[in-house]
Amino acid sequence: MGPVAAQGSTTVRPSQSTTYTVTAKGPGGSAHVSAQVTITSAPPQAAVQKPSQEDISSDQQQMRGLDEQIQEIKSDSLRMSAELSQLEEKLLYPSGTQVAIFVEIAKGDTMRLDAVRLQIDGQLVAHYIYSAKELQALRKGGVQRIYVGNVATGDHKLDVLVDGKLEGGADFSRTGQFTFRKEVKPRLVGLTLAGPRSGNTPITLGDW
Amino acid sequence: MRATRQLIGLVLVLGLAARPATCGDLKDLYFGEALYHAYQGQYFDALQRLDTELAQYHVLDEPKLDTLHYHINDAEFSVGDFELDYRMHQRAGRAIKAVLEGAVDEAVRNEAAFRLARIHFQKGQLDDALQALARIKGTVPEEIKGDLEFLQANVYMATGQPGEAVKVLSQLRSNERLAGFVAYNLSIALLQDGRTQEAIEQLDKAGQLPADDPATLAIRDKSNLVLGTMLFESGNFERARQSLDRVHLEGPFSNQALLRAGWAEASALQYDRALVPWNILVGREPTDAAVQEVILAVPHAYASLKLHGRAALLYGRALELFSNQIERVDASIRSIREGQFLNALIREESREDETWVIRLRNLPDAPETYYLMELMASHDFQTALHNYLDLEDLRSRFIAWKTSLDAFDDIIRLRGQNYEPLLPEVDAQFRELDSRIRLRLEQRKHLAERLQAILIAPRPGYLATAEEQIAGERSALIEKRLGNSNDPESLALRQRAVRLRGALTWRLETEYNDRLTAAYVHLNELKAPLDALTRQYDAFVGTRQAATHSYVGYDVQIARLRERVGDALQRVDMLIARQGHMIETVAINQLEARRERLAVQQTAARFGVADSYDRAARAPSDAGGQ
Repeated sequence: MGPVAAQGSTTVRPSQSTTYTVTAKGPGGSAHVSAQVTITSAPPQAAVQKPSQEDISSDQQQMRGLDEQIQEIKSDSLRMSAELSQLEEKLLYPSGTQVAIFVEIAKGDTMRLDAVRLQIDGQLVAHYIYSAKELQALRKGGVQRIYVGNVATGDHKLDVLVDGKLEGGADFSRTGQFTFRKEVKPRLVGLTLAGPRSGNTPITLGDW
Repeated sequence: MRATRQLIGLVLVLGLAARPATCGDLKDLYFGEALYHAYQGQYFDALQRLDTELAQYHVLDEPKLDTLHYHINDAEFSVGDFELDYRMHQRAGRAIKAVLEGAVDEAVRNEAAFRLARIHFQKGQLDDALQALARIKGTVPEEIKGDLEFLQANVYMATGQPGEAVKVLSQLRSNERLAGFVAYNLSIALLQDGRTQEAIEQLDKAGQLPADDPATLAIRDKSNLVLGTMLFESGNFERARQSLDRVHLEGPFSNQALLRAGWAEASALQYDRALVPWNILVGREPTDAAVQEVILAVPHAYASLKLHGRAALLYGRALELFSNQIERVDASIRSIREGQFLNALIREESREDETWVIRLRNLPDAPETYYLMELMASHDFQTALHNYLDLEDLRSRFIAWKTSLDAFDDIIRLRGQNYEPLLPEVDAQFRELDSRIRLRLEQRKHLAERLQAILIAPRPGYLATAEEQIAGERSALIEKRLGNSNDPESLALRQRAVRLRGALTWRLETEYNDRLTAAYVHLNELKAPLDALTRQYDAFVGTRQAATHSYVGYDVQIARLRERVGDALQRVDMLIARQGHMIETVAINQLEARRERLAVQQTAARFGVADSYDRAARAPSDAGGQ
């Protein structure tokens, strides 16, 4: 390194392991002291290499462009779906004969609904087994359209069978018999189900 | 500060997820049905149902009589939420704007403005978000107050007004549900406002908040990680270590925290202490970037402690691990190029719960997804992925719709075949019956009018029986024939005829009231059969019209729909291909970046092995000690 000042400090940046020897010379003679500096390779700390800014913006632009086209096709699909379901209703369930049956769970009820079976005038029209997701949706206040069909105007008998489980895991089963009247306009029938421990009527036919 | 900046960029939208509109007691079954679909994540069905309901509601003459009227604000709000959830940002907010423009009370308008601002914020339209927030004046519903202020602060931060955000967040700290997010965001706002020391103190507080739910725990860990990183970068290794030590060992930030805690020690030349967190981390999932970094950091620490033999051994293991990982990454890239990644993504069974991305690796032929976890967790990738899945869903729907349209054609054709031969005869019979019915109805009407007329001007003759009418007519005829003849026989006959007329008149006059009452009773008795006849008539007309409507007039609509569905199917196929390619490209880019990084680490490990063996050879006492 060459001569240095008698007092103070100096910085060294060796690229490999190096032994430094300090020699001090004075009127009284000279002295030597050695110090070894060992260099070990440090592991890289940099984060995962990111794509360049150009790549990001080009990818993002492409993604945004696609996203806009996807939103457009979603809008179109919703419009088509609405038109198709109206067409389906007109063709298959004209208002003069249409009956739709809905199922909901009484507010705050904790029963586990397993299945619902419906008979209209003695004919089985629906037998639905619930998934955990569907049950959750019902518990949150959603209403399921369990059946849409056609009946003649006049009075009809509706038999409802509900299977479920109580909180403790015990099975329960409830039945209900109702009469509903079909007029010229579409008939909506709402069934509210409640567990045996709720204190509510197990099956209630709502007037909609 | 680079690491800190990378860490803090994620928190703005946390805590602002839209919650479904609460509906209280349900009055409208179709709104309930829309919620049923939405609660299951079936936003397409929810939107389709609710759009239809709202469209019908808005054209009603008296919407107040409709059951949706009870939920109309919730319904308009929900449409916006569902559109956001279905990633239709362009449409989201339109229904809410309708509420804002409508005649609603202050609290509802303010909630609408809040929801609109939230949508604009999530769409990145910050000026619009600010404008929507500026419309909020007066009463704000209690349940959204905290969310509103949190949103305001986030918008201020996103628009480069951290000072304003600090003001809002400082007085919001009491809100329990948002406490963790508020405390964290306040520190970030302070940091952005240049108040670093206050930010550090705030992060320190945020990092020690009580937490019992995973979200609050995660944000607390994040606070500690950010604080630790900041302190580490400013050279305050001891405080950095304390902060990093507070990060929960099982949380999502634990790997980063362990890594940085080790570096904090190593930077203070405390290599033996650095090895404590690093040795925990080194045994974790080897595809994690922090674990891979520590696999090199551990032998480096041993080398720094002059334990070169152990360092050489660990560098050797690192070399092997990096080589294996490079092979896995190469295999994954190949697998993605072969389409296995997209195939795995669209498998129904793989999406049944929230951890499906993690479970992908258990599926046969699925590529290595560990390396993609970070990518897959990113918002852009999630949007792209969900869009891809939405497109697949739309494709299935279009195919089902095409089948339905074919079935409708069949139904119409069969109905036509059934009705067309029957209807002419039915119509002929009906025409005959129709004329008879009309005649009877006309007769009844005529009788009713007559009765009404004789109430005003009594006409007893109108109530004569048929026999009496004949008798009256005959006596009048006899009188006419007798003329004015005065012969005795004619005179006797005329007197008899006059008596007969008098008797008839007497009967009609004296029985008039009874006969009038009886006539009314009879006319009323006619009402029931005529009403039944009218009902039957109407029912027949309805059924007859329904018969025609069941197969006539659909051709154009079905043809048009078929064309639109066909076009949409082509578009969706093209979009699926492009979106899929985009996802694959992004995934491959990510894997290639990781591969490059692994290659650098492999080189470092190779050098480390050589260097450590060299040093171990020069210091045999150390090697002997291992």
